[in-house]
Amino acid sequence: MKRSLKWSALALAMTLPLAAQAHKMWMVPSATNVSGADPWVTVDAAVSNDLFYADHMPVQTDRVIVTAPDGQTAKVENAFTGQYRSVFDVHLTQPGTYKIAAVNGGLFASYEVDGQKRRWRGEPANFAKDIPAGAKNVEVSESISRVETFVTNGKPSDAALKPSGKGLELVPVTAFTDLAAGEPATFQLLLDGKPAAGLKVSAIAGETRYRNAQEEIDVTTGKDGKFSLNWPHAGMYWVNTSTQDDKTSLKPAKQRRLSYSATLEVLPQ
Amino acid sequence: MRRLLFSMPALLLAAPAMAADLNVTVQIPQLDVAEYHRPYTAVWIEREDHTVAAQLAVWYAQKESKEGAGTKWLPELRQWWRRGGRDLQMPVDGVSGATRPAGDQKLSFHEGRAPLGALPAGKYELVVEAAREVGGREVVRVPFTWPASAPQQLDAKGSSELGAVKLDLAP
Repeated sequence: MKRSLKWSALALAMTLPLAAQAHKMWMVPSATNVSGADPWVTVDAAVSNDLFYADHMPVQTDRVIVTAPDGQTAKVENAFTGQYRSVFDVHLTQPGTYKIAAVNGGLFASYEVDGQKRRWRGEPANFAKDIPAGAKNVEVSESISRVETFVTNGKPSDAALKPSGKGLELVPVTAFTDLAAGEPATFQLLLDGKPAAGLKVSAIAGETRYRNAQEEIDVTTGKDGKFSLNWPHAGMYWVNTSTQDDKTSLKPAKQRRLSYSATLEVLPQ
Repeated sequence: MRRLLFSMPALLLAAPAMAADLNVTVQIPQLDVAEYHRPYTAVWIEREDHTVAAQLAVWYAQKESKEGAGTKWLPELRQWWRRGGRDLQMPVDGVSGATRPAGDQKLSFHEGRAPLGALPAGKYELVVEAAREVGGREVVRVPFTWPASAPQQLDAKGSSELGAVKLDLAP
């Protein structure tokens, strides 16, 4: 039972684009602005309903990629995965902005066997072998999801924020680690490296557990993929967007589901 | 010698006319709390677009402790940090110093001399930010126009981590 529960949770996380109310995957750093010659931050990573309240399942730390200000990959240190969350440290040995990203991708299928709905997620190579021959209503999609957060040691820099050109990505106009309540912040959303126009982006402040509504802030990206958010108050915000298209790169998927989330800290004036 | 003595008062009189002064008093309040730490404090001048025109003072714990050197906590002065604190290499001569005790802390700055430097005529804000370990954080702003045409006394008051902030402008 537990196993299948976990499995469906993962499936839910993977289909996040289609189920906005479902589980949210997030990473929260202990600090977004640090200074000194030898700073460290520790990061919590989990999937849950409430932000940022780990009560559901951890994010696998082998999916986490830390990009240092020089563009090189930095080490994920002291990684530990518990029942509800993962924890790891990042040693910020360089000045500038670090990107911490959990990237998930793969094939996702739903099908019916003997009238029962089943879900499958895995590598394309295993698809044919794992799906029973008599399966009906087989729907296969490819998914790319990115969950990111950012930490700046001293002055912000851009090298680590260069988009990979794959899937949905966010690039700053206002520095990610330079956000304050009462000051609108502008970002640009990219899809496969090009401006993603007309996509809905929502921002939700953390601590949802302690209020009665999500208080979601919804905006839509312009032609240039840009959007602005007005932070109503300070706090850790979860910024999320998703879309789907048919530009699949994996067979036999016919559609591609993409999602992007970032945890951003907004400081008081 | 007589000549020299005679010219000295003249020089003193002439001084204010050549270089305007900016005197700041920052009141650090006496707080009755279980665990008191002196505040980290930054004093700077902002242009109208919030860029920094001059960094005047930064007070922080200078000594290495088991929680790391004082510079580790400088980002807690959040506005100062993003407005330009992070661009500075600590310590900064004539700007950075040790934390100060409760009471009136007086600072004097002279036009043309570090750290004030040359301040072009215009509208500015004197900003004082204080943040205290296991305490609060507060920012107090005093808008002013530079240079003052007559001696001018401006002030603003904090409510928790800062007391009165006074700004005396001498033309």
